[in-house]
Amino acid sequence: MIKSFVVGTFEDEKVLFPAVKHVRKAGLKLHDVYTPYPVHGLDKAMGLRETSLHTAGFIYGLMGTMIAIGGMGWIFAVDWPLNFGGKPHFPLPAYIPITFELTVLLSGVGMVLTYCYLNQMMPGVKKHHFSPRATDDAFIMVIELTGKSNEEEIKKFLADNGAIEINTQVAEEGWWFGRYDREQTLYRSDEVLA
Amino acid sequence: MSLLKYESELREPLVDGNKTYHQVTEDIISPIEAKPTRAWWIGFSISVALLCFGVYSVYRETAYGIGQWNITRTVGWGWDITNFVWWIGIGHAGTLISAILLLFRQGWRTGVNRAAEAMTIFAVICAGQFPIFHMGRVWMGFFVFPYPNTRGPLWPNFNSALLWDVFAVSTYFTISLLFWYTGLLPDLATVRDRAKTKFRKMFYGLASFGWTGSTKHWQRQESLALVLAGLATPLVLSVHTIVSFDFATSVIPGWHTTIFPPYFVAGAIFSGFAMVQSLLIITRKILHLEDYITIGHIEAMNKVIVLTGSIVGCAYLTELFVAWYSGNPYEWWAFRENRVNIFSPYGWAYYGMMFCNVVSPQLFWSRRLRRNVMFTFFMSVIINVGMWFERFVIIVTSIFRDFLPSSWSIYYSPSIWEIGFYLGTFGLFFTLYFLFAKFFPVIAVAEIKHVLKTSGESYKEEMGKMERMDTMTFVSEEVGESHH
Repeated sequence: MIKSFVVGTFEDEKVLFPAVKHVRKAGLKLHDVYTPYPVHGLDKAMGLRETSLHTAGFIYGLMGTMIAIGGMGWIFAVDWPLNFGGKPHFPLPAYIPITFELTVLLSGVGMVLTYCYLNQMMPGVKKHHFSPRATDDAFIMVIELTGKSNEEEIKKFLADNGAIEINTQVAEEGWWFGRYDREQTLYRSDEVLA
Repeated sequence: MSLLKYESELREPLVDGNKTYHQVTEDIISPIEAKPTRAWWIGFSISVALLCFGVYSVYRETAYGIGQWNITRTVGWGWDITNFVWWIGIGHAGTLISAILLLFRQGWRTGVNRAAEAMTIFAVICAGQFPIFHMGRVWMGFFVFPYPNTRGPLWPNFNSALLWDVFAVSTYFTISLLFWYTGLLPDLATVRDRAKTKFRKMFYGLASFGWTGSTKHWQRQESLALVLAGLATPLVLSVHTIVSFDFATSVIPGWHTTIFPPYFVAGAIFSGFAMVQSLLIITRKILHLEDYITIGHIEAMNKVIVLTGSIVGCAYLTELFVAWYSGNPYEWWAFRENRVNIFSPYGWAYYGMMFCNVVSPQLFWSRRLRRNVMFTFFMSVIINVGMWFERFVIIVTSIFRDFLPSSWSIYYSPSIWEIGFYLGTFGLFFTLYFLFAKFFPVIAVAEIKHVLKTSGESYKEEMGKMERMDTMTFVSEEVGESHH
């Protein structure tokens, strides 16, 4: 969806943290903060909940364990029982290595796919980038403009809280298929609400 | 600043010089944006030439059969499996650095993990070629995977250590690749956002999957990295354990020992770190990254080398002692006559191994030598030669003379195509590494930025002053609520 955003650039984590706190206290709609590296504690400061990605990883791993044991058991005990020098048809200790490997494989691959799905990331995906400095040296705080909010007030608010650069941007908040070497406009300016 | 991890002033800085975030980006990304240097072209051309020779050698083997190699009825595993184990061992350091050191919270890993992981992936690619082409009819290689087929279905033998190896190595490759690439995404986005040319914008735009740097994405990224590290840690130990099972589960004297798994894992880390040293010492020099890969980093890796080298030395001696103490005449004979006896056909390999792996790394107990770049480079080559000897000793001296003297084989030495195959994997490895060093950030930019304000030289000085003034400086109200 196409929306309007006020974008504030911060250069210091020390300034960013109190600013996030104040924005939340003031009841502004904090869209996101874009940072060049993982700033520990920022997710908590923004009130984001803990990710469940690791739980997904556990479930995928469990699937791997079951597929491995079930698969090998079925193949060697049911589908085609072979006699290897009188050894049992379900030799559990001999199955440990492959069971372990498949557990790790499914857990890892599943988690990465889930991660890409949740983050909406894959080759060919394009998103609006509020500032090229977000991947370099600045912390970009983005506040969504709603019907109630006053753009000028928010700008002043950000300036008071230490943002060194402030502007308003109209942007698509989701993703689309596109190339980064091409400029694309997904909207006409008169389509923009708020 | 609420979330600075406290780090003593006495610890060596991880990033030298007076850096800002932007400076870090500049230092690490600008080599990608510059034209390749003459040194790069020369190195790359030599690598590609070696690779071509390797491809031709493999073509000979594929077209005319395994008889192009000098392996015999008894020495069925010669240079090919030696080289497989050697490369796969080298491929252990990357995951050790990125996973185990992440779990142990070793800050110095940030400077070296990206290149080490890349090295791991390339080494595993090289390793994989040997068992695949050793199959002879390589176009039937997919028979190793269990899939419903029209031949019965005929399934592989899940009790076989060789099949475990298929699963271990392919899983290891996949997980290492995912770990490496997900870590690369933010840095590729950094290159994309700086890009001036059309091609670079397109290429890095595709490669970075549309990364934005959103806080939620970072949160998931960190969670993913931590869990993958937790998975990769037992994985890296399992891979060389299973490689050692290829030998240990057999009944051949010299192979049938329970010491193999830990001994192989220690050896793998030992040789892997040596290869990381060789590559990074050159990389930091050519790309001017001395501020990020500091003498402290090199010393830390040398400490791992002296530890694992000592474990390996201890294992050699234990193995020798147990061969005698076990009272098994075949086992003791294999050691006494095929290895320790310097006048036996392969005695030279055993003493080469002992000298390179047991004696030489002990020099790293000296701090001065650990911090000497030239000496470290020299030692890293010696160690990898020694580790090649180790695999050769284990494989060839155990099988060229076994139980029956009537089936002893003639002296095994490789054919030109066997050597060519090995040289070809060097070509492949360095071709990939040169491309990586040219087109990818060789240091994890985001991770360096993450540790910059706690461990960067100029910031440490500032913090050191505060530390001397007031020890309570670092206990702020926010520290309690967010302890990561």
